[in-house]
Amino acid sequence: MSEVRVGVFVCHCGSNIGGVVDVPAVVEHARALPHVAHAEHNLYSCSEAGLSSLQRSIREHSLNRVVVAACTPRTHEPLFRTACQQAGLNRYLLEFVNIREHCSWIHSREPGKATEKAITLVKMGVAKACLLEPQEEAQSAVAPAALVIGGGVAGMSAALNLARQGFQVHLVEKQPRLGGRLLNLDRLGPTDEAAAAMIEPLIAAVVGHRSISVHMPASLAEIDGFVGNFRVRLGEGEGRSEVLVGTIIVATGAEVLQPEGLYGYGLFPNVVTHVELERRLKEDLPEIRSAVLINCVGSRIPDRPYCSRICCMQSLKNAMRLKARLPEARVAVLHRDQLTSGVQAERYYRSARQAGIRFFRYEPERPPQVVGESRAVAVVVRDALRGRELSLPADLVVLATPLVPGPDNRALSRLLKVPLDESGFFLEAHAKLRPVEFATDGVYVCGTARWPADVAESVSQAYAAASKAAIPMRSGAVRAEAITAFSDPALCTGCGTCVVCCPFGAIARQPWEGGRLVAQVNTVQCKGCGCCVAACPSGAMQQHGTTDKQVLQMIEACARV
Amino acid sequence: MSETSGPSAGHPRVIAFCCNWCSYAGADLAGVSRLQMPPDFHVIRVMCSGRVEPEWVIKAFAAGIDGVLVLGCHIGDCHYIDGNHRTAKRFALLKEMLSCTGIHPDRLLVDWISASEGGKFQRAVTEFVERVRQLGPVDARARTPLAEAPR
Repeated sequence: MSEVRVGVFVCHCGSNIGGVVDVPAVVEHARALPHVAHAEHNLYSCSEAGLSSLQRSIREHSLNRVVVAACTPRTHEPLFRTACQQAGLNRYLLEFVNIREHCSWIHSREPGKATEKAITLVKMGVAKACLLEPQEEAQSAVAPAALVIGGGVAGMSAALNLARQGFQVHLVEKQPRLGGRLLNLDRLGPTDEAAAAMIEPLIAAVVGHRSISVHMPASLAEIDGFVGNFRVRLGEGEGRSEVLVGTIIVATGAEVLQPEGLYGYGLFPNVVTHVELERRLKEDLPEIRSAVLINCVGSRIPDRPYCSRICCMQSLKNAMRLKARLPEARVAVLHRDQLTSGVQAERYYRSARQAGIRFFRYEPERPPQVVGESRAVAVVVRDALRGRELSLPADLVVLATPLVPGPDNRALSRLLKVPLDESGFFLEAHAKLRPVEFATDGVYVCGTARWPADVAESVSQAYAAASKAAIPMRSGAVRAEAITAFSDPALCTGCGTCVVCCPFGAIARQPWEGGRLVAQVNTVQCKGCGCCVAACPSGAMQQHGTTDKQVLQMIEACARV
Repeated sequence: MSETSGPSAGHPRVIAFCCNWCSYAGADLAGVSRLQMPPDFHVIRVMCSGRVEPEWVIKAFAAGIDGVLVLGCHIGDCHYIDGNHRTAKRFALLKEMLSCTGIHPDRLLVDWISASEGGKFQRAVTEFVERVRQLGPVDARARTPLAEAPR
C-alpha cells in the first residue's frame, strides 16, 4: 500500500470526555505523531455532524487509516467502521481507542493524569493503525428459524411474533405445560383482568401455529455454532433431537424466593407468599378479619441488594383484592418505600388508600415482627413516619418476596457463552443501546430472565427481542468479523499444535508445496479467539486485527515516554 | 536501580490485556459506574486472553513496562470454550520463568473478571498498580539475574 496517512478523531462526548480530558491537547499530540496526516476533535464524533466531518476529512486528506478516540468499541466500533466504508475506506482500517470508560470516567479527579493517559492511548492506537490492513469478511447463510428457550408469557410472545413474521420457531419448555409463572397468578394489576384470560389464548395461539414446534418437557443438551447456524441438541423424555436455528432467544424467566425462616414463614400456616395467596384467591378465601402484607421480604438486603420492582404492585393488587372480597377486613401494607411509578399505578395506589387500606413504612433496621403461637395473630411494626410502635391484628400475613434468578441460569449461560450479572440474571450487551441483545451475535434475551419485570414489560421485551432476531433471519446472511487466524505456509512446520489448540476444529493440516503438511484455517469456522496464534511455536500463525507486530507496536508506544 | 526508567517517579506504567467478552466489558462497567482508579494502566483489547503471548509480556518488560495484567473470563465462562485454560497454564509457567530472569513475578498478574464485575476490575487494577509502584520501575538495562527475584 502507498504511504500511510492516519487521521485521528478525538471525541469530547459532550463533557463526558471533554470535561476531564484536555481534548485539544490530545489532538495536538496526535498531530505530531509519525504518519498522522490529520487530527481533529468533535463534540460528538458519533453524531451526524461528527460522522460527516470524519468522512470529509478522509477524502480531503486522503486518509488511509482512521483512529477514533471516544467511548467503547463494544458499542460504537460498528458505527465508525460503516462510516469509513461509506467514505471509501475498508472498514478494517479503523482503530478504536477508548478514552471514556477507560479514562475520563475513571480518572475524573485527576484531569492532568487523565489527559496524559489519553495521549498515550491515542499514541498506542496510532501505532497499531499504521499496521492495519484491509480485510474481507466471510459471509455465511442464516437459517430462517429461531430457538426460543422458555414457554412463559415472554417466550410465547416472542415465538408467536416470529412465527407470524414467517419464521420457523422451536419453543423449548422444561415444564410439561406452557404458561410459566402466569399460571400461578389470579389477576393482573393494575387492570385486574384474570391472568388466565391473557395466558390461555396465548397458549392456544402458540400451540395452534403451524410454524411453532413446541418441545415440552424438554432440556437443552448442547448448543454450538454461531449466528445463522446454531446446532441445538434437545433432550425430550428418552429421545434426543437436533434442530438447526439461526437465532436464539432466552426467555427462561425467574423464580419467586421462598422466604423460609422469614417472618414465621413455614412456622405459621397463615403466613403465605403472594403466589400462595393468589392460588387461594382463585379458589375459596377463608373468612378473615385482618391481613398484613409485608414488602421487601428478602430483597434490598446486603445479600440480595436489588429491588425486585414488581412486588410493590403485587402487594397493592392483592391488598385491593382482599379488600374487595372482604370489605370489612382491616388490610395493611408494610413497606420500605411503596413504589408505584407511572400514571396507572399511582392511580391504583390512591384508590387503595381510598378503599381504606393502610400503609406503614418500616425501616430495615427494625423489621416487623410476626407474633403468634401456632398461628400468626399480629404483626408488630414501628411506623417510621410517626416513630410509634403499632400492633396490627393479622389473621393472614402475606410476604412479598422478590423474583430470583432461575436455577438453570448458570448452566445456560455457559451453554450459550453469554454472561450473567452479579445477581445471577442474564446480562444484556448494553442497558440502553442494546437492551435485549447479548454481545454474542444472534442471541437475545427478554422477560424476567434479564431482570424482574411485569407482564407488560415482558411482552414489550419479547417483541423487541423477536424483531432484533428477525434482522439477520430476514437478510438471510451474516458477515463474520474478519478477525480470523491465518497461517504463513512458508513458516509453518506442520507441527499441529494449533490443530489441537483450536476449540472449534477450524484448523486442519493440508498438503502444501512439496507435499509437506501445513496448517490451514477454515475462516467460516474460525471464531477469532487467537489461541492458536499464541500457541504457534514457529510464528507462522497470526490473527487479522491482532497481529504480533501490531500488539508489540502498541506496547512500544505505551512504554515510550 | 534506576529511578528514571519509569515515566515519572511514583507512577508505574502498566498494560492490562483484556479479553473482549468479559474483562473488557467489566472494565467498561467500571467506567459506566464511575469507579475511580489509578490512571497508570492502559488496556489493550484482545478477543480472548488465550491470544496473549508470553513473548508480549517479556517484550513489554524489556521495553520498560513496569507491570502487566492479563485479564480473562472466569474459568468455565470463556467465550471460546477453553481459551482461558491456556492463559492460566501459560502464565503460571511464565511467572516461574520471570523469577529466574530477575523480573519480580508480582509484576505479572493473571485474573478473571466477568462482564458484571466492574468493582472487581477496579480492585484488581488498584491493588496491582499499588504493588507495582512498591516494586519501583522495572529496569531493563540494569537488570541482572535474580536482581528482583524473591529467593
